[in-house]
Amino acid sequence: MQVGLTHFLIVSAILFSLGLYGVITRRNAILVLMGVELILNSANINFIAFSKYGGMKLDGQAAAVFVIILAAAEAAVALAIVLNIYQRFKTVNVDEISKMKE
Amino acid sequence: MYDLIFYFFALITLGSGAVVVFSKNIIYSAFSLLFTFFGVAGIYVLLNADFLAVTQLLIYVGGILVLLLFGVMLTNKVIDVELKTGTLQTVPASMIVAATAGVLCGVFYITDWRIVPSTMEMNATTAELGNMFMTTWLLPFEIASVVLLVALVGAAMIARKDKSMQN
Amino acid sequence: MDQILKSFLDNEILVYTIMAFVPLLWIVPYALFAVYLERKVSAHMQDRLGPMYTGGWHGWAQTIADILKLIQKEDIVPAAADKKLHLLAPYVVFIGSYAAFATIPFSSAYIGSNINIGLFYIIAVSSVVVAGLLMAGWSSNNKWSLFGAMRSAAQIISYEIPTAIAILVVVMIAGSLNLQEINQQQSGWFWNWFVFKYPPFVLVAFLIYFVASLAETNRTPFDIPEAESELVAGYHTEYSGMKFALFFLAEYANMFAVSAIAATLFFGGWNSPFGDFLGGPIWGVFWFLSKGMFFIFLQMWLRWTLPRLRVDQLMYVSWKVLIPWAFACVVGVGLWTLL
Repeated sequence: MQVGLTHFLIVSAILFSLGLYGVITRRNAILVLMGVELILNSANINFIAFSKYGGMKLDGQAAAVFVIILAAAEAAVALAIVLNIYQRFKTVNVDEISKMKE
Repeated sequence: MYDLIFYFFALITLGSGAVVVFSKNIIYSAFSLLFTFFGVAGIYVLLNADFLAVTQLLIYVGGILVLLLFGVMLTNKVIDVELKTGTLQTVPASMIVAATAGVLCGVFYITDWRIVPSTMEMNATTAELGNMFMTTWLLPFEIASVVLLVALVGAAMIARKDKSMQN
Repeated sequence: MDQILKSFLDNEILVYTIMAFVPLLWIVPYALFAVYLERKVSAHMQDRLGPMYTGGWHGWAQTIADILKLIQKEDIVPAAADKKLHLLAPYVVFIGSYAAFATIPFSSAYIGSNINIGLFYIIAVSSVVVAGLLMAGWSSNNKWSLFGAMRSAAQIISYEIPTAIAILVVVMIAGSLNLQEINQQQSGWFWNWFVFKYPPFVLVAFLIYFVASLAETNRTPFDIPEAESELVAGYHTEYSGMKFALFFLAEYANMFAVSAIAATLFFGGWNSPFGDFLGGPIWGVFWFLSKGMFFIFLQMWLRWTLPRLRVDQLMYVSWKVLIPWAFACVVGVGLWTLL
């Protein structure tokens, strides 16, 4: 079977599931962030695959650019928060950080 | 040839993605993310998105990955190479994830997608995307740049050690 | 060149493999020569003679002897190191440096891949090196290595911004990211080179690019990642034998890559400075390589002239000096082309 739209979609579906698994099971906040990055990447593959095969011209790619921009902003802010949490609580395990203040 | 390259990049992406998620050592997760991003960039090239593939390399590998690595190194005791991190609720999580993956793959496989053959030239994307951002997508583009600026200033603010509060 | 090769061989994969190996044919002898040159240049600048014995005439075989020694050396992996990452890191660093050569035009007839976004691609792949350096520093399980890698990563990322903005100035003039096209626009006599356009903005942009590229290749005065007196040898402290040689090769390949980009963007690349005199694809290689080597010599000259900067001075130079001036150049060229 020749590689077509379905192949790309299935790759993105599996990548999404992997990211979801990481987000659900990991305790370390940075690993949760890595899971989120995987999910965003899988969404991007979908955008670009439809951009090529769905006759959307470049609109799909434009959307993917915005996803990348927001992923960069998200990573910067999230890591700043993680560093702050580490300074306060001396841990980055998400299930131990349940208080809003010390 | 195209198929072979696709399977190669799909294998890199999914294999290293699995390492990211299942590895016990957080450093291995972080570095295999490098290969995941690289594989995804390869998939973009196969989808005629050359500009996005390079952007992916520049922003994810050069920016986000390095940020994550610094995050890992600053939130752990750096003396030891062995960094183990725990997992929780693996059984319910794998059930949910397997169900999600099954449904998604099933839907993607069964649906009869309306495929419009692409007439785009591979090389045309950069200039075309630039034009689109200056015309059709101008407002979202400007908003995104403001969001980025605010996010970076905010991140620098938060990460900075607050001297007055510690005293 | 790929057209000629294709007419000989009808296997496409073979053609592209050969195309991919061509820059290596230059980088390996160049690295051997550049190490020798570095020794000689430093020696003469300090009123010494440098290596004089190996091989007879002025010690020409010194680096060949060195590389033979490195090949014979035992490959030591520290007991506490993370074996897999320790093994992988030199390859990631070298691939990052070598991949940049894919879109650098060596002459009008040879460019690895004549893609539309060549320049952007070079900026992007050179950031892979950062991940490799962090990998090397971390996996060595040595605090000097880790400090060196962290400093190196911070430095390379900070200096990527002025580099990219300075390159943007040229992109604005050329209206293209394709390096072959940028070269063709500078053909003719040397006053057609971009460095002489819109004075003094492009000249300033070139100086910014050159200073930033020194920092990106960890050369003195920006060599704090491998400051011998503080950090032993930086991220490659724990490497020996061929893996160390690979780091060395990557570093010298990187030096040539930034020099080649400077030559291509600002000084006409493979164009002869005298119009059609000594032009053509074959002489193009000569002009390109000699322009590249000139910048290599300039880097060595600076290395043995200037002292090392402190970390805070390094960040100051990048964020408060180079980036504002680079922006000023972009605005200046933009206004000039509009008016």
